[in-house]
Amino acid sequence: MSQLAPLAVAVPLVVAAVLGIGHAVLGRIVADIVAVLTAALTLVMTILLLIHVGPGYSVYWFGGWHPRAGVAIGVAFQVGAIGAGLAAFVSLLMVLALVYSTRFIGVQAPRYHMLMLTFMAGMVGFCLSGDLFNMFVLFELMSVSAVALIGYRIQQQSALEGALNFAVINMIGAFLFLIGIGLVYARTGALNLAQIGATLAHAGNDRVIVIAFTLIVSAFLIKAAVVPFHFWLSDAYAVALAPVCLLLAGAMSEIGLYGIARVYFSAFAPAIAPQGTSALRTILVAAGLITALGGAAMALVEDHLKRMLAFVTISFVGVFLFGAGLLSEDGVAGTSIYVLGDGFAKALLFACVGILQNRLGAVGQRRLHGRGRPLCVIAASFFAGGLLISALPPFGPFLGKSMIDDAALKQGLDFVPPLLMIISALSGAAVLRAGARVFLGWGESHDEERDSADEETSAETEQLYDHTPAVMLIPTIALLAGAIGVGAWYGMADLATTAAHTFVDVSAYRAAVFGGARQLGAASSAAPAWFDYVYCAGAVVLAVLIAALGLFSRRIGAAAERLVRAAHVGMEPIRRLHTGRVGDYAAALALGVGILAALMTLTLG
Amino acid sequence: MSVYPYLIAVWLFGVGLWGVINSRNYLHLIMCLMVVQASTYVLLLSIGYVNHGTAPIYQGISTKALVVDPIVQALTLTDVVVEATVVALLLGLVVQASKRFGSIDPDAIVRMRD
Amino acid sequence: MRRGRLIVGGLGVLLVVAAFAWACTGLHAFGHGTTRYGEMVARATVPQRAATNAVAAVTFDFRGVDTLGEEFILFIAVIGVSILLRSLRSETSEEETHIAAAGPRGSEFSRWLAAGLVGPVAVLAAYIVAHGALTPGGGFQGGAILMAAVAAIFVGGEYVVLLTIRTSATWLDIADALGAAGLVVLGFGGLIAAGTFFQNFIDKRTSGLLTGGIIPLANIAVGLEVAGALLTVVAELLDQRLLSTRT
Repeated sequence: MSQLAPLAVAVPLVVAAVLGIGHAVLGRIVADIVAVLTAALTLVMTILLLIHVGPGYSVYWFGGWHPRAGVAIGVAFQVGAIGAGLAAFVSLLMVLALVYSTRFIGVQAPRYHMLMLTFMAGMVGFCLSGDLFNMFVLFELMSVSAVALIGYRIQQQSALEGALNFAVINMIGAFLFLIGIGLVYARTGALNLAQIGATLAHAGNDRVIVIAFTLIVSAFLIKAAVVPFHFWLSDAYAVALAPVCLLLAGAMSEIGLYGIARVYFSAFAPAIAPQGTSALRTILVAAGLITALGGAAMALVEDHLKRMLAFVTISFVGVFLFGAGLLSEDGVAGTSIYVLGDGFAKALLFACVGILQNRLGAVGQRRLHGRGRPLCVIAASFFAGGLLISALPPFGPFLGKSMIDDAALKQGLDFVPPLLMIISALSGAAVLRAGARVFLGWGESHDEERDSADEETSAETEQLYDHTPAVMLIPTIALLAGAIGVGAWYGMADLATTAAHTFVDVSAYRAAVFGGARQLGAASSAAPAWFDYVYCAGAVVLAVLIAALGLFSRRIGAAAERLVRAAHVGMEPIRRLHTGRVGDYAAALALGVGILAALMTLTLG
Repeated sequence: MSVYPYLIAVWLFGVGLWGVINSRNYLHLIMCLMVVQASTYVLLLSIGYVNHGTAPIYQGISTKALVVDPIVQALTLTDVVVEATVVALLLGLVVQASKRFGSIDPDAIVRMRD
Repeated sequence: MRRGRLIVGGLGVLLVVAAFAWACTGLHAFGHGTTRYGEMVARATVPQRAATNAVAAVTFDFRGVDTLGEEFILFIAVIGVSILLRSLRSETSEEETHIAAAGPRGSEFSRWLAAGLVGPVAVLAAYIVAHGALTPGGGFQGGAILMAAVAAIFVGGEYVVLLTIRTSATWLDIADALGAAGLVVLGFGGLIAAGTFFQNFIDKRTSGLLTGGIIPLANIAVGLEVAGALLTVVAELLDQRLLSTRT
């Protein structure tokens, strides 16, 4: 049963290689079927792994190289509940994305399928891995597949820029990661996470470890697109194919945050805790909140649907970082549920936008104004998605958000739930307003947003459909069901808390590798309290109000109009920072890493 | 100075990163990325060096001889070839850009897009 | 905007470099880099794996799954290159017959030198791949050397031969994929035959070239893949050059 861990990574890889061998003779249909079946098989394997692992860890040593004399000499996959859960979620999104893309004409079999399968293998492996260099290799595999997938429709001009910016920024992140690994290896002589933790428990903190931690965390923050490393994301999402966006938004950003949490709780926590915990917490929480606010604000002033959703994604990454950055069991549990619920919702929104693009051939709100009226099911799904991301009780995102709120309150951060309420309201308003414009034809057709839809965004298939194909509709409905279902059963919260309890337990991680008695019990969480309902319902109401303000400002009155215009003018300088030029993005990256290093040195060193 | 080789890696990293930020030519930018890449390799290999150690090849030497660290060498060698191909991927993107826009200046391309 | 970028970037690079340098001053002195991990692996290479190249043992045996991942990164990068550059080629398709006449020829001397070098370099590449478990070298290095053999043809100016390579791009793709598949299959072999993925399941006591169990086989798979991949990349990029010399 524990053999499933390597198989979950090896099976997609070998199928991708076999597709490559036969690429001259395989047709589209065969490639589609093979790819979907492989992804489904990986999904089954990761779910079985999740069940098998339970509340503990399952360690798999490659090549049969078990540790000798306390030194780990082989590579290990150390599977825990949160890692396996995230891997299962990624596989599920991949199955849906592959089904969704079967009707895309611009897709060349089997190269597209090979890229998707290796993308999935990289992500799944990253979630299961227990070795730092192995994480680096799978991180690179993920990035390179993503570059190839983002630049896939290379006939479009803007695809080039999106792919180049993504590639350069992520490569710099990979180099930072590798330098961090080198420094850790120099200091501890180990690459296995548990062994690093064991060595640091004795050796303690010093400058090398602080900087190594900073560099590794920076690499993951770049991948997750936290401010100020987020500039590449809006360019990349705007040009990628809809199923690829679905995966990027639903899975890849969260994986960056999982990386931070995993590396902290298993390797660096013995060095940093307990003196540095509150400082680190402050840094991560502040970064999370800034990102969340910035992303939500940018989403409100964006016309291009995919770019708007990109900023919504950035905003949610900020909230995830906040939740995980609380560095507590409840924070991690709440973030896991929120990742699931919100991941489904964001994927749902991207799926709807993809269908819009294929039916109507445009992606700008102004160009699509009112043209979405005939698409009833998609309209309903889109509005449902918008409400869900505002944390409509009692569904998936609501459960996650309330757990994060509770975790924040436990840490004494009382200002946070109202702040998160405003943030979800802003993002939800952006989505609801877009939906109203496109599907209901409300609002003026010449509003203030910059006309970024004049970018060349042609249909992703070369002909426009006159009806939505079933293979696109079914995954969309499935995603909606997922987002709703995650919160429908409160037992989910208990499972997540148990998983988080194990995740944050450093000595349990080490004991799984080197032996030692550990009892890992189940933990439970409290159900959402009354004020959670109030905050989240309030967020939904606020979202609807802000959306209405944006739509009908001219009809409401002069004051409303001035407010909307002032908001746009206020956002303009931030708008102009997103230049699309890779040198600017690299400069922001350097400054971000530099500031992070300075903060970490001053507080932890 | 006993940490001098590491500082060489630091210098290369800084130069490469500065080049990426200020580049006006995509080919120059990719070469600067390769410089950053080289700095990571210099760091890794310097970390593994052992004074008076020979290469970790046991032809004709006893298994108890002093050798340099093989782990960092293994990490580096696979990485070199792989990153070379990733650079090839970036160069492919640049070739496409030059065909589409007729220029490989990042500034010019952005201006054309707006 | 440029000045803003200079200031922001300059400040950022200064901070990062300062932090990095500060960390490096805390490292062990250069030359004292022994770690228990490295020592244990080095000492286990000969007795346990019957291979004398400790680096190859680490790459293909102790940390074989990392190599598997890296190999697939290579595979994917090459697929990306083919997607990007073949779409350009399909747009300008008919001029192939004119290319042979259009390209500039190298001097007689360079053509003879290139012709003379190709054979020995290819043999050298095969030698290095085959002896990866024993002497410095292995699949990655040998594959790259094979690419150098082909690059010698380019330097010599024999465009006709290069056309042949370009049109056999399908075979290169297949070789590439075959190499990638080969490495995973070796991993599965370990799983099926010995119980753990990538376990060395071949009796390692054979002598000569086949010592080290799966290490020589892994080297051959990787060599095939790297050569196929790099040749594909060279062929695609040369293609662009050939197309542009026509205009």
